[in-house]
Amino acid sequence: MARIRSRSWGIEIVACAARSMSLPIAGRNTVYGVALNYKSTLLSLGCSLSAKPYWAPPSAPVLYIKPPNTWIGPGDPIPLPTDVAAVQAGVTLAAVIGRDMCRVRPESALMHVEGFTVVNDVTVPHSDYFRPAIQNRCRDGFCPIAAQLIDPEQITALDALEMRVRVNGELVCVQSTCGLVRPVANLLADVSALFTLAAGDIVLIGSAPGAPLVRAGDRVAVEIEEFARLENPVIAEPAARLSP
Amino acid sequence: MRRGRVLYQDRMHAAVPDPVGLKLDDGRVLRETDVVWLPPVEPRTVFAVGLNYSDHAKELAFKPQSEPLVFLKGQRSLAGHRASTERPIDAAFMHYECELAVIIGHTARNVAAAHALAYVAGYTVANDYAVRDYLENYYRPNLRAKSRDGATLLGPWLIDGQELGDPQDLELRTLVNGHVTQRGHTRDMIHGVAQLIAYLSSFMTLSPGDVILTGTPAGVVNVAAGDEVVTEIDGIGRLSNFLVAEHSSASHKVNGHG
Repeated sequence: MARIRSRSWGIEIVACAARSMSLPIAGRNTVYGVALNYKSTLLSLGCSLSAKPYWAPPSAPVLYIKPPNTWIGPGDPIPLPTDVAAVQAGVTLAAVIGRDMCRVRPESALMHVEGFTVVNDVTVPHSDYFRPAIQNRCRDGFCPIAAQLIDPEQITALDALEMRVRVNGELVCVQSTCGLVRPVANLLADVSALFTLAAGDIVLIGSAPGAPLVRAGDRVAVEIEEFARLENPVIAEPAARLSP
Repeated sequence: MRRGRVLYQDRMHAAVPDPVGLKLDDGRVLRETDVVWLPPVEPRTVFAVGLNYSDHAKELAFKPQSEPLVFLKGQRSLAGHRASTERPIDAAFMHYECELAVIIGHTARNVAAAHALAYVAGYTVANDYAVRDYLENYYRPNLRAKSRDGATLLGPWLIDGQELGDPQDLELRTLVNGHVTQRGHTRDMIHGVAQLIAYLSSFMTLSPGDVILTGTPAGVVNVAAGDEVVTEIDGIGRLSNFLVAEHSSASHKVNGHG
């Protein structure tokens, strides 16, 4: 087991969400998520990827953005939207970019990573990947980010890390960073071929199928081995009041 | 009032229009070619709305959207007036999109459409390029087609919302090398500015600095390296952009999978 190195992030601090706290991301950075990055997800979708409306399996990484309204820190509440019964808690390894990377080869991709952390990619369950899913992925508080930044040199088995989800203290889900369509280095290289990943940006490597559901009143923790841990309560979102 | 942001001699300045070109916050008057233009605000979340003019939806053979089709942009996609934008050498079809850009001025959550315009700081002009060759049917329009470096232009000026008046009464057009290729009117939006703010704020919080690109009318045509593309909206401004061939350095190309 490697030692956890927790430190100040060396990146601009941003005030966010309900209370002011430090997150490893600045308002002028972007958090990118990746869907369908597990082979098992693609297998489960099978022939449907060659039928309407997709017509072919994806060739480039299937990307989405978790905008600043989704960013929260450890302990901050995840509001459960009033129009959904439960949300998925998707544990994912997150790469924090240390220096700009543009069209970088897989062999040198990890040299551009400042460190890794764990993110809970909270999602309203959906099975349709045709249109951008901002109502499912971009609600307030849907991207809790841990406070630990793990030095890449401390991780020896980047492509075989155990990731866990606990709900109310109970271990409900164990995942791994093996079985990815694009392992970490390949993913970062392929994204950097589409646009520049900037210093301070975060790339979520992906959530495996079977992410557990959480409801208002639950406490959800996501962990990557002994490196990084993040726990947040899920609360009922206050009923909508139309503000004047 | 109109305001912009520019880099001059490696420093960032606020600027206002001047008969010569622009006036910096320290009083110096410059020509518009003397500075590097930034987007007129520092953008936070950038939303874009697809298929929001029925004539353009028809042009692309899609049914108009009953619910707004909204996608997001990465920060690196943004650039300002007079920027050079790279055009991929292998792409057969890359087109501009002239769009009204709305800048949010106040935190907005569950805002009714009737009050939504009070949450607007102002407006600017956008040119939101798309590379159609890179479209795939996953979270379409996907980031590869719509979030390329420096392919979403904003500027040159932010005009105050109060000063502009009705955002649904504006003519917009695009000129490629001086010839008008796209013409439309914001009254033909399927979801108007107020409806878009009400829609987005019904499920997420909008914050000052958020930008909503409200879609483009019919008339998108392929453009080439060497072209000058001007998108303009009456009463707001004229945003100029230059297309250049993509640098073909030792590059990593995306590997197909599946």
